[in-house]
Amino acid sequence: MAQDHNLAIFRGKLKFKSNVSKIWGVFILLSIITIVEVFLGITKPAFLTEHHLFALKYLNWIFIGLTIVKAYYITWDFMHMRDEKMGLRRSVVWTAGFLIIYLLFILLVEGDYVFEVYKNGYVKFDF
Amino acid sequence: MDDTVAKPSTDNKTWDGNNKPLNASYGKMMMWFFIVSDALTFSGFLGAYGFSRYKFIDSWPIADEVFTHIPFIHGNFPMYYVAFMTFVLIFSSVTMVLAVDAGHHMKKNKVIVYLFLTIIGGAIFVGSQAWEWGTFIKGNYGAVETKGGKILQFVKADGSRVALGDFAVPIHSERIQQESNNGIWYQSEGAGTSVSLAEVTKGFLADESILIRTQYLDENGHRTVLSRAESVAKLKTDGTGIVEGANLKHNEYGTPLFADFFFFITGFHGFHVFSGIIFNIIVFFNVIIGTYERRGSYEMVEKVGLYWHFVDLVWVFVFTVFYLI
Repeated sequence: MAQDHNLAIFRGKLKFKSNVSKIWGVFILLSIITIVEVFLGITKPAFLTEHHLFALKYLNWIFIGLTIVKAYYITWDFMHMRDEKMGLRRSVVWTAGFLIIYLLFILLVEGDYVFEVYKNGYVKFDF
Repeated sequence: MDDTVAKPSTDNKTWDGNNKPLNASYGKMMMWFFIVSDALTFSGFLGAYGFSRYKFIDSWPIADEVFTHIPFIHGNFPMYYVAFMTFVLIFSSVTMVLAVDAGHHMKKNKVIVYLFLTIIGGAIFVGSQAWEWGTFIKGNYGAVETKGGKILQFVKADGSRVALGDFAVPIHSERIQQESNNGIWYQSEGAGTSVSLAEVTKGFLADESILIRTQYLDENGHRTVLSRAESVAKLKTDGTGIVEGANLKHNEYGTPLFADFFFFITGFHGFHVFSGIIFNIIVFFNVIIGTYERRGSYEMVEKVGLYWHFVDLVWVFVFTVFYLI
């Protein structure tokens, strides 16, 4: 188990010499992403908050994207998903991924609908 | 007779047993099962938060205005402290994975050091969480609650917030605390607020420069500030009580649901961190007394590590959903 770590990240573009240096490399990457997130969260650039895509500001899409990138590196390198068999990887990631996306889709669309009824509905509380 | 008995083929070993298609031990596999189910639990909670937020999308509290404190320093510092907490947790994840790596190489002393650092990181995180809760419960400026359960906050004309105590005019009155030993329902009342609605109203009418800010957002995402005449009318007709800080029923920052979800989700996550620390401590002592050295494998460190990284993973999402979006 000790010697068979996959040491390449960024689809093989960045290859580390040892597992320990890979861990520090991933830590630096996660730190940079967090700093970018906090910077954007504090400054809130106007051109990213003015426009919406699917009822969500561009800025929030960026936050979600960066979060998923962070989640990927935590799972793949800290939880050693990169070294597991494809079957295990897919059973975990595809199952959770599908169910979570489905759940969020249902809940958020319904929440938006409830808001619309409260705000614009002629008959309140009639859903 | 032999012809009627189904025999597994001998040249293809797939169904003979002893086949490990996923090449993972039982313990690690069960940890992954748990992680998937727990991930679904957390996404249920965060999804419910998203549901409620969309339901009140025009009046939801803005996180930057809620979490603005750093311990020991006064001033307005949105997000810095929670960013620090995120770094602490990511760093404790790094020391955990270094402990797992040292375990693979059977380096007992390194495992001890890295596990110790992980436990310290987790403790700092939970402590910070407790402080954040305390600050949130204590509140900042205070607000007036309306008949409809909405929040009215007080601002100067330039938009800066004003605390209730800064403009309320004291009115001398006797207030007797309701205790459980008098009255027929044996109920005592809480601590009460530092100022009363009458005092706030009196102070508000006396100071022309103060306006009321409602919890509704305008097109630009800023809270609506009423004119002086509207503010006076609003406070007189709708104000019913004072809110200072947040609990499960009242929340000076906006809708009480925000406080409920904050307490429940960060509390549930904090409980995970706490149990992770307990697991780490147990494994830490097992490493010290040489249990895994004798067993010939440090896989237990790896399994606990999986759990610890998962807690970090969940925090990454909680951080985004509560503080950034």
